[in-house]
Amino acid sequence: MSNLPIFDVAGSAMNAQSVRLSTIASNLANANSVAGNPDEVFRARQPVFSATAIEGNPALAGVRVDEVRQSEAAPLRRYEPGHPLADAQGYVYAPDIDPVAQMVDLISASRSYQANVEVFNAAKELAVATLNMGR
Amino acid sequence: MSDFLGIHGTALALREQRLQLLAANIANADTPGYQAQDLDFTHALGAALRPSAEAGDPIAAAAEAARYTRPSSQPSLDGNTVAGALENAVFAQAVLEYRASMSFVESKVRGMLTAITGQ
Repeated sequence: MSNLPIFDVAGSAMNAQSVRLSTIASNLANANSVAGNPDEVFRARQPVFSATAIEGNPALAGVRVDEVRQSEAAPLRRYEPGHPLADAQGYVYAPDIDPVAQMVDLISASRSYQANVEVFNAAKELAVATLNMGR
Repeated sequence: MSDFLGIHGTALALREQRLQLLAANIANADTPGYQAQDLDFTHALGAALRPSAEAGDPIAAAAEAARYTRPSSQPSLDGNTVAGALENAVFAQAVLEYRASMSFVESKVRGMLTAITGQ
């Protein structure tokens, strides 16, 4: 059936947005996870999207998650000598995650997800109505 | 059968192509560097109805010929030109246009069924 490319496109977008929501959830959950070593500390994750051709119709572009990239930003260094994980000089390293920026990203991702759900439902209704044509 | 449906059959197929393109826009609202595409329906319909000597699907060829990149309404950091609200509104309108085309095709089908069954 020729309506299937829309389902592939909307499905790929919903999958990509849910990967984005998962990475935001990881970032927010680990915003306060400190470590004594800058190499071991949690780094913010972000998915990288790219457009990919759809099988049913090569002129269309769906979304693909290329990779979930870890941030290169230097971790924050805090002086907390009483912390159990503090290093020899008394510093702990915290991930450089801004909760406000993550929440904005979360809102944007859920709006995109809802828009794609609307596209999916509209395409489904039209496909069913086309099949029932003349009945 | 395509002569029976006439312009409405072609119009329905092209409306569907446009719907798929707009769905791809909404799907790629967050892809860096993606340019929003649209289909010029009047142009595509004219191209599809013109008898053409080329082999291959006339609908797909007409849709490809009438495709254009929507000019960006506001600049963005990652090069994406999809405006969420505009694309959703255009998609809703395209769904309505598809339903209108479908109702024309349906009335032709009903007319044929009445002619066949006599009721």
